[in-house]
Amino acid sequence: MPMLNGLWKLTWIETKVFLREPMGVFGTIGIPVVLFIVLGRVLGAGSSNAADGASVQVPILAALMIAISAVLSLVAIISIYREGGILKRLRATPLTPVTILSAQVIVKLGFTAISLVLLVLAGRQFFPGAITPHLASFSAALLLSTLSILSLGFVIASLVPTARFAQPIGAGFMYPMLAVSGLFFPLEGMSPVLKGFALLLPTTHAVALLEATWRFGDWAGQWIHVAALLLAFGVCTAISTKVFRWE
Amino acid sequence: MPTPVISVSNLGKRYGSTVAVEDVSLEVYAGEIFGLIGPNGAGKTTTMECLQGHRKADKGTISVLGLHPQRDAQALRRRIGVQHQEAHLQKRIKVWEAVDLWSSLYATSAVDGDALLTRLGLQEKRNAWFMTLSGGQKQRLFIALALIHDPELVFLDELTTGLDPQARRTIWELITDIHDRGKTVFLTTHLMEEAERLCDRVAIIEHGKVLEIGTPADLVDTHCPERRVVFTSDDTGLAGRLGRLPARVSVSGEGVTYTLDGAGDSFVTEVIYFIAREAIRVSGFRTEMPTLEDVFLKLTGHGIRE
Repeated sequence: MPMLNGLWKLTWIETKVFLREPMGVFGTIGIPVVLFIVLGRVLGAGSSNAADGASVQVPILAALMIAISAVLSLVAIISIYREGGILKRLRATPLTPVTILSAQVIVKLGFTAISLVLLVLAGRQFFPGAITPHLASFSAALLLSTLSILSLGFVIASLVPTARFAQPIGAGFMYPMLAVSGLFFPLEGMSPVLKGFALLLPTTHAVALLEATWRFGDWAGQWIHVAALLLAFGVCTAISTKVFRWE
Repeated sequence: MPTPVISVSNLGKRYGSTVAVEDVSLEVYAGEIFGLIGPNGAGKTTTMECLQGHRKADKGTISVLGLHPQRDAQALRRRIGVQHQEAHLQKRIKVWEAVDLWSSLYATSAVDGDALLTRLGLQEKRNAWFMTLSGGQKQRLFIALALIHDPELVFLDELTTGLDPQARRTIWELITDIHDRGKTVFLTTHLMEEAERLCDRVAIIEHGKVLEIGTPADLVDTHCPERRVVFTSDDTGLAGRLGRLPARVSVSGEGVTYTLDGAGDSFVTEVIYFIAREAIRVSGFRTEMPTLEDVFLKLTGHGIRE
């Protein structure tokens, strides 16, 4: 199977290439963990049990930051690769477009998982008792959320004119989405228009799912958020196949 | 004539309102180095990308190795090697990793990656990151990637642009080597010297149209039959005697340097006979032949870099 072999090789090379840039690694993996520790200290995440107030918000924010930095990193890499003709060169091989982009997604999901492990380890170290007992369920929720937001990343990457704009444009999309995600202000307090808008965004559903799995570890009542994340993935992937630019 | 490896007729391609290729027809035969030459923006790269199946032509028909570049894109990709203009790889990918990845993508990897790197003089760079390579080394790596699956046909787009003369010469030797192994090479260049050195045949293209196709020597003979002889002599009264030659004579350097402009293959011989017959003492002698550059100038009315 040359294709699977190609996917595996490309994924592995992309992983190594990513690890060879220390600043990028710190920005993607380190910052959410540092944010978690600092905010945890300031807001007192360790003071009560894992399912209470600030002790939920802080890890959810950190987890969401993991997803967002994965997306920002993806947007940056895609625009750099496009500008340098790397995407074009890869496309001139028998690799299918899906394989080329899947390798990037797999790398990002892998680093999302690693970041989460670091987050949990940091939590155990600094805030004993503050980490959710429903880790498996929460991890699955984070991976699903990341995948959904990554697919949006491909749409954003299509809008980025040159690599220089990747960071500002990516952040310009992501942080407002984070602001209305319900993490900082409850959706109930928003105007109907803003609330309706927020419900269209995958980040909003990611927050809801992450909160629920963190608190209860139970997916049963969360089908609407799961469906919304999967729908966002489907829609964004479909849009990407139309608007994605290889050069 | 053998069956062509590449056959293009009336190719046209526009981007919005900009016409990139207006009308290109050409054929490339097995085992030759064919050059598409012309200034930047003439339509060279677009033509090449249509041949590779990378772009869809608006009009015309294309056959490459008997395949349709768009319909048979996957089959074609396995049989051709490509090098893009000003391409890059991941900054921190190692040379051997790139070669390893590329060779894993083709079912038939007839070429040993390490042997290829040695042949291209990259063996000691196999652990180096792409970003640390010199321009010439990068291009040699791209040649390696283009050759990794032992393709029948290799496309090289502006391979030596931006390289210093020494690196350029090394690349030229490599291309000659590819040719000697029986491959067909289709290249684009805006360097006339490169085309003259490497190509068996060239097509001169401007504003998306092919102006001429032929061997460099034939094109020069057809379009620029002018020959020039320049010699120096201290003999007096030469200007008048030289008037008997079928040439325009100009004298410079206080009457010691004579420039004779004539035409045709026999002109230089005639001048040499004349000098011998007249027992002219010559202290310096050279001839100037027109080049592809002059052919281009003649056909388009301007130089290739203007």
